[in-house]
Amino acid sequence: MSPPTVASTTVVASRQVLEIRARDHDARARELLVDAHDLGVTALHEIRLGELIVVEGLLDDATRAALDAVLVDPLLQIGTWNPPPVTPTDDLHIVEATRLPGVTDPVTAELIGVIRRRGLPLDAVAAVTRYELVGPLTAADVDWLSAKLLTNPIIERASRGRPVAVTMQRSHHEHQGVTGDVEYLPIDAHTTTDQLEAWNTQRGLALDAAELEAVRAYFVHEGRHPTDVEVEMLAQTWSEHCSHKTFRAEISVNGEPRPGSLLGQLRDSTETLAAPYVVSAFVGNAGIVSFVPGETLALKCETHNHPSAVEPFGGANTGVGGVIRDILGAAHTPIACTNIVCFGPPDTDPADLPEGVFHPRRVRGGVIAGIADYGNKIGLPTVAGAVLYDEGYLANPLVYAGCIGLTHDYEAMAAPRPGDRVIVMGGRTGRDGLRGATFSSMTMDATTGDVAGASVQIGDPIVEKLLIDVLRDARHLYRSITDCGAGGLSSAVGEMAEGVGAEVEVSELPLKYPGLSPWEVWLSEAQERMVLAVPPHQLDALAQRCRHHGVEWTDIGHFTGDGRLVVRSHGTVVVDLDTEFLHNGRPRRHLEAHLPAPDRRQDAGTPSTIAAIPPSQLLLQLLAHPNLCSRADVVHRYDHEIGGATVVRPLVGVQGDGHGDGVVLAEPQARHGVAIGVGVNPWFGLHDPERMALAAIDEAMRNVVAVGADPDRVALLDNFSWGNPRRPSTLGDLVAAVEGCVTGAHAFGAPFVSGKDSLNNEFTGADRQRQAVPPTLVITAVAHVPDADATVTADAKRAGNLLVLLGDTSDEWAGSHAALIAGVGETPVVVPAFDTISPQRYRAVHRLIANGRVAACHDVSEGGLAVAVAEMAIGGRLGVRFAAVEAAEMHAWLFAESTGRLIVEIAPEQLGDLRAWVPGTVTVVGELTHDPVLTLPDGTDVDLDAVRRAWEAHR
Amino acid sequence: MTRRPMALVIAAPGTNRDGDVSLALELAGAEPRRTLVGELADDPDLLTRSDLVVVAGGFSYADALGAGRLFALELERILADRLPAAVERGVPVLGICNGFQTLVRLGLLPGADRRVALGHNLSGRFDCRWVRLAPVSQRCVWTRGLDDDIDCPIAHGEGRFVCDDATWDELVANDQLALIYRDHNPNGSRGDVAGICDPTGLVLGLMPHPENHVLPRQHPRRHRPDHHEGRSGLALFRQGVAHVGA
Repeated sequence: MSPPTVASTTVVASRQVLEIRARDHDARARELLVDAHDLGVTALHEIRLGELIVVEGLLDDATRAALDAVLVDPLLQIGTWNPPPVTPTDDLHIVEATRLPGVTDPVTAELIGVIRRRGLPLDAVAAVTRYELVGPLTAADVDWLSAKLLTNPIIERASRGRPVAVTMQRSHHEHQGVTGDVEYLPIDAHTTTDQLEAWNTQRGLALDAAELEAVRAYFVHEGRHPTDVEVEMLAQTWSEHCSHKTFRAEISVNGEPRPGSLLGQLRDSTETLAAPYVVSAFVGNAGIVSFVPGETLALKCETHNHPSAVEPFGGANTGVGGVIRDILGAAHTPIACTNIVCFGPPDTDPADLPEGVFHPRRVRGGVIAGIADYGNKIGLPTVAGAVLYDEGYLANPLVYAGCIGLTHDYEAMAAPRPGDRVIVMGGRTGRDGLRGATFSSMTMDATTGDVAGASVQIGDPIVEKLLIDVLRDARHLYRSITDCGAGGLSSAVGEMAEGVGAEVEVSELPLKYPGLSPWEVWLSEAQERMVLAVPPHQLDALAQRCRHHGVEWTDIGHFTGDGRLVVRSHGTVVVDLDTEFLHNGRPRRHLEAHLPAPDRRQDAGTPSTIAAIPPSQLLLQLLAHPNLCSRADVVHRYDHEIGGATVVRPLVGVQGDGHGDGVVLAEPQARHGVAIGVGVNPWFGLHDPERMALAAIDEAMRNVVAVGADPDRVALLDNFSWGNPRRPSTLGDLVAAVEGCVTGAHAFGAPFVSGKDSLNNEFTGADRQRQAVPPTLVITAVAHVPDADATVTADAKRAGNLLVLLGDTSDEWAGSHAALIAGVGETPVVVPAFDTISPQRYRAVHRLIANGRVAACHDVSEGGLAVAVAEMAIGGRLGVRFAAVEAAEMHAWLFAESTGRLIVEIAPEQLGDLRAWVPGTVTVVGELTHDPVLTLPDGTDVDLDAVRRAWEAHR
Repeated sequence: MTRRPMALVIAAPGTNRDGDVSLALELAGAEPRRTLVGELADDPDLLTRSDLVVVAGGFSYADALGAGRLFALELERILADRLPAAVERGVPVLGICNGFQTLVRLGLLPGADRRVALGHNLSGRFDCRWVRLAPVSQRCVWTRGLDDDIDCPIAHGEGRFVCDDATWDELVANDQLALIYRDHNPNGSRGDVAGICDPTGLVLGLMPHPENHVLPRQHPRRHRPDHHEGRSGLALFRQGVAHVGA
């Protein structure tokens, strides 16, 4: 090994570059090469990566040595100062990329930290990634690779064939204040509807005609023109994202007005159920439940779909950061994260991609890396989740991020009192995420990425980790708290000030860079910020905590008591609004819905296309399907162990590679735990949204019951990702799904405590065809586990034991994976009906598990019984001899996806008790064997190794 | 009743397993005392009052400039030679994961001039999975006399142990290879090395997280009928605590 080569030892006071390359094993370059080949660029032979650190200042030998010591590990890397320029040839192509100004870049941020702490005489730094592409590529090939694989204009500036222009980050920055002016919009009584609409379009407000009219009327009444800050603030507050217009709308079904609203329906169902463990539902940042005296849990699941479509890493990354802040905003300490992600088919032909859409592999790679980066770095276990593929997600990938928090000092959030200080804590404010709420409420097209640039950010999990530390056990120091999410300070302060009023001054806020105008500061969605209402006498104690953990905070004003929100910038009033108008002045929406008319006839039989496939073949095809195959390579990228509380994991069994059901977390010193399960099935939703909702609830319930949770202490979360609700059929699907949710919640006595809807998940292609996502309802079940030692896993345990199916199986094929593989032709198909015995069945299973009678338990869902049994066999490395069934029933028995079913493994002598305890149908499926072979009911043998190979083949 | 030895657990911004390791130290009979580097800067003599020192795992300073590099730089700036002096006094030091990377960068492992490194996993990815460790060094106070293997998870992206041949021969000859991956090498480490100690045997660095297997119910195979309790990570912490208690 040698120290970095030095071109000159003289002191140079100018811009210099340190190039860092891996000595060997550059895994990232290897992975990019594979991805490029997958995209069809086979002329590319090799990719080489270089990281360039650009510095300005007095670069003497000591400074250079200090930088070498920090930046270059001679055993792993080669560092070269001011390397000779690389000249592109026909076989060597250069792409360089650097982060856009204001986009989080931990490399330059930490380097500036070093410069300051060590007092290095350097004025500014920048970082560049250089890609050297080896192979006979055309300029068009290189540009295409750059756009599709290497760089993203949303967060980076890129160049081909020449050095990229960098923006130097100053290492010693002076105070940077708000500089721009407020602008008055000449809206008054004479403004025409067309002019209003022109403002609407120009500023991307996403308001409808009635809402624009309400804005105009308010300011006419106030006798003045609105400021740009006020109009932007109203647009954010009234956006679909923030105000859930559709879920609060009056809906007419086939012309008949429906009482209440969708949100009201869900809320009412929770109130009617009156579960004693619900502390707070559908209020504030998260639902709150208490299964054990003195301990509360905060539950929340969010979507971050649009941002993840245009910048997969950053979108998913900040989605995780956002939902963690929701838990902080509910005054709980986050303990675990979950996620459900939906992508287009991984084998999509790159030539078929709509313009402006990334290949699903790149979206998947970025999203999973973004989730892993945030969760792993902030130090929370990422425990439960699902990965779904469907063509409907090609242009609209979905990212659901969930978080659970726990606290022992819960105190209901109080309204701020007059005199309380308005404190902003955490990250700095920049131009990031502007108009994120309205952006996420719009339909996307090919240009969305260009206009949405400022709407997407890269997260900084370390800053948020420090926020968690500052707020842990600090409930006594503040009156109330909320996170800065969509809408930024505008939403956060606006919500807290509702009914109370506040006066704030934004010019003192620390900014990332100068030059922001007041509306940008007020609307910025810069990440990792919280807003607190703090009684003045607690300010010192809070400040001391912040100092201890190294967290920035700013006192921007106080709550007043007069009900008006007044915002100033350098003393000039830029907002002066009645909070009553801000929160309740939006005219209610009226929408039309056409309810779906799903096929629900019984005994339609098995479609001949499915029956024609031999069971052994269909089983292997199902196991190899992207939606059912092994999830190991994703799960291992998330730290699911940190905290030491994970006692039932997502992967289980002898080799830790079998699929489990729910997960169980139990704090190390506690006897009880909490189970998390997820239910989702968009393929059911395409045929019958109401039954889909019931099936999703049933699946989430099965997932928690299967690991040992008590089905009578469950709270549910709903997350809807849907198309445009102004299309009556799309809204009708939504209405039907909400009906299903309410029916399911009542059937199980499991209340919804929080939910979120993400609508307008549509993309308009170049052909003007609109593509909407399939109706995707994610149900999260969070359940009490009385004894974390009395849990079970899904892997088969012992040869000689019996596998027993609890529940009924019918010819219900709509949306099943067997039908997706085989097609169904002309055969009528129905979505599985809800089994009304399920709640009693799950109670019985819980009793059996609590009594130690069950060796293994597994949920039967996608792929049916055969796939569930194969998963148990893989987990336990055991074989299964299936009991015989009639040939005519064979396919339904093995592959139908009827709901309400669980498989339990029991010792043979337990069968009598099992039959006595469990209501409904109880059927012996087969017997576990040492011989690692699945003997199907038709007598065919399938080797367990072949099963595993099929299951693990997909990438 | 004897006094519980004080174990200083050092954390930087981004350190996130300080709580987990504190629990392990407590269960092993020590009195953990968590401290942030900033706090340590105000009171560097905290170190001289400690019986054990642990540099906890996580992503200090986001690992932005390479794992553990800035943490090492900060500790060097704040503690100067106090940490080597503590080792000279006989204080056992443990660095786990990011803490291991930090001790290597500090030059505490495997000794004076830096000849080992922890590179990106061969897979190129962060990897979280359970592994089995064989504690082999009889020089290292943390692993000496441990008969049982240790089962515990790894959770890292940069854990591939790298060194040159001369260093390797020296580490073997000095019995400084403290812990070896059994059955499965998760990251491509040379010689399946999971952890090494310094020539005194007092300083141990390892990539896996024994602090996440200190209770029987944390074991991923404890639902298997043939599973026997044991192979706990607690054993390693007990050795360290026993060394200063003796």
